[in-house]
Amino acid sequence: MFAFIVKRLLAGLLVLGTLVVSIFVLFWYGPRSPVQGLCEQRTNNRCTSEFRAQLEENFGYNNPMLSELGKYVGGIFTGRDIQLGASTFVECSAPCLGLSYRTFVPAFDELIRRLPATISLAVGAAVIILLVGVTSGVLAARRRGTVADKALVSATLLMSSIPYVLFALLIYLYLNVINEVFPEAGYTPLTENPVAWLSGLLLPWLALGLYNSTQYTRFSRGAMIDALSEDYIRTARAKGLSSRTVTFKHGLRSALVPIVTIFGIDFAFLLAGTIFTEIIFGINGIGRWGLEAIQIEDFPVVQTTVLFGAIVVIVANIVVDILYGVLDPRVRIS
Amino acid sequence: MSTDTGVTTSKSASSAAGERLLEVEHLTVKFPTADGLVNAVTDLSYGVARGQTLGIVGESGSGKSVSSMAVLGLHDPRRTRIEGSIRIDGQEVIGLSESRLRKIRGNSAAMIFQDALASLHPFYRVGKQLSEAYGAHHPKASARDGRRKAIEMLDLVGIPQPDRRVDDFPHQFSGGMRQRAMIAMGLINDPSLLIADEPTTALDVTVQAQILDLLGDLQREFDSAIIIITHDLGVIAEMADEVLVMYAGRAVEYGATRELLTHPEMPYTWGLLSSVPDVSADPDARLLPIPGNPPSLLDPPTGCSFHPRCVHVDKVPGDLCSTSTPELTPGGRGPGHLKRCHLADPDRIYATEVLPEIAPDLADGSATPAPSTATPSTTPPTTKEA
Repeated sequence: MFAFIVKRLLAGLLVLGTLVVSIFVLFWYGPRSPVQGLCEQRTNNRCTSEFRAQLEENFGYNNPMLSELGKYVGGIFTGRDIQLGASTFVECSAPCLGLSYRTFVPAFDELIRRLPATISLAVGAAVIILLVGVTSGVLAARRRGTVADKALVSATLLMSSIPYVLFALLIYLYLNVINEVFPEAGYTPLTENPVAWLSGLLLPWLALGLYNSTQYTRFSRGAMIDALSEDYIRTARAKGLSSRTVTFKHGLRSALVPIVTIFGIDFAFLLAGTIFTEIIFGINGIGRWGLEAIQIEDFPVVQTTVLFGAIVVIVANIVVDILYGVLDPRVRIS
Repeated sequence: MSTDTGVTTSKSASSAAGERLLEVEHLTVKFPTADGLVNAVTDLSYGVARGQTLGIVGESGSGKSVSSMAVLGLHDPRRTRIEGSIRIDGQEVIGLSESRLRKIRGNSAAMIFQDALASLHPFYRVGKQLSEAYGAHHPKASARDGRRKAIEMLDLVGIPQPDRRVDDFPHQFSGGMRQRAMIAMGLINDPSLLIADEPTTALDVTVQAQILDLLGDLQREFDSAIIIITHDLGVIAEMADEVLVMYAGRAVEYGATRELLTHPEMPYTWGLLSSVPDVSADPDARLLPIPGNPPSLLDPPTGCSFHPRCVHVDKVPGDLCSTSTPELTPGGRGPGHLKRCHLADPDRIYATEVLPEIAPDLADGSATPAPSTATPSTTPPTTKEA
């Protein structure tokens, strides 16, 4: 098991290394100067080629690409001081992922600052997705073919066919702006004020969680129907076990394997940034940060958010693989 | 869900005069589907006494498993229409509530299934699955009691080192061990009725023989009634006291094993016997399979459901076979022998036409035009010693 995890981690590191290099190279040789956005921002869209050349000089774009890449990669491990002007240096400690072109704050520090908001949002939504989605899916599977089952499946299909942006906007408008049914959405750190944390996130959690739970309803329903048609379910019933034991202990346990598979990836995407939710409900998380960085061509921030997303996906995959072994003894590696 | 017999459902009616442990009467099972009504079992009656073994034979889809699953009430009541009466030790099973059924299942009546790999839960240890079956009917038993009982049962069915193997997962067992574990699970609550649904399918022949021996030994020990569902006449010859032959959801012949295998009176039974390879015969001899395929239960043939495949239809006057369903009438082999066929003198046809084809050495000797009186000591034409 240990060797397996180490192997998976090494493969993940290889993916990360490739990503670091390829994003850096893409920006370096891209059709626009990597500092074009910064230049326009600084000059109110009157970027002159002289000013841009000066910025390129400052950020090292006149040096050979490989030596700059070396500096960047070295900074990840040891940290470095980044020169901004003739005599201004910003200290960027390891792991240094560069400075944001907009704020000149180390991108990694900003990532850490925004992480709690995104994690709070993702974990709360994930709990709702699993609770609502899997529970309703199991109930539908137990009553498959009935009116209740068909109504539930139709309702989830209807909900899934509304674009999420529209869904979240309508929820925000109707439940927060027009009718103040829910406390005002926003993010307060948990350590600062737990009640404000909870009340501010309640509506975003519901929007994100309920919308995404619909596909889990259908998916868990299918997985449960498959599981409940297995021979060992018939055996369990023939033993005289209660219907609840048969459904949950014998049926759901098997159905969890495919559910865990897609949930691992979905949770990774929630963590990597829930752009619409963060923008609509005014939460300063990673998704919103990444989107803004793309708009103003803030290369170090884009690089940082992409790397973060990759790490989250890699870790989620490893966790899912480990969970397989926990759930299914046949794939346990001794 | 009607019970068309007036027998009470009280437990005190047990072992009333002449009543066997299991009595199935006029059982009809239908499944409504999108394509129409599937007549899986029609008007089926049989019974088994304690210490006795009933073999049910028939092709896939003949209703063997469906009828025995009905005995444990395992059909989903929302998708099944069941009529008739099933009494276990005097207690009516049809129409019983799920919670009452649960008290019977795995307790006084247990079932062991074919394909033990699929029938055991892959995620739980064998011992856990056994002790769960024990705990379901012994709510006061602790986890340690359950484990001890599981080890005891694994030992009983001949699993080596049961105290270690109890913690294995099903995939760590061999095929024969899994089937033994299945049997151990079936027997863990000392059931008086054990239904074995093709218990030896997919096992190699030596393991098959061990499993059958084990079932026989356990039957002697617990005095249980056993129903063996199979399509292997060798298993029937070795295990069963009585045989029920099913075709298209109906009983077509029913009687004592020895009589039925030596003097069958229904062309379908003849066909089953003809399909068994004879180890002592010429190895180049062709097997004689039954022509055609089992009928659709959605739209069964008119008249006798076997008539489209029956080679003896022309011996019945008129088109009786295709217009009228034969009744299950007493056959020529003593009390309890029943057959469902229009043929007037099946014994003669069997002796002169069927037997020479399937066992020429027997046909030449003793069994010339056999009258309907008992001809003693003709060995079964095929695999008596499986």
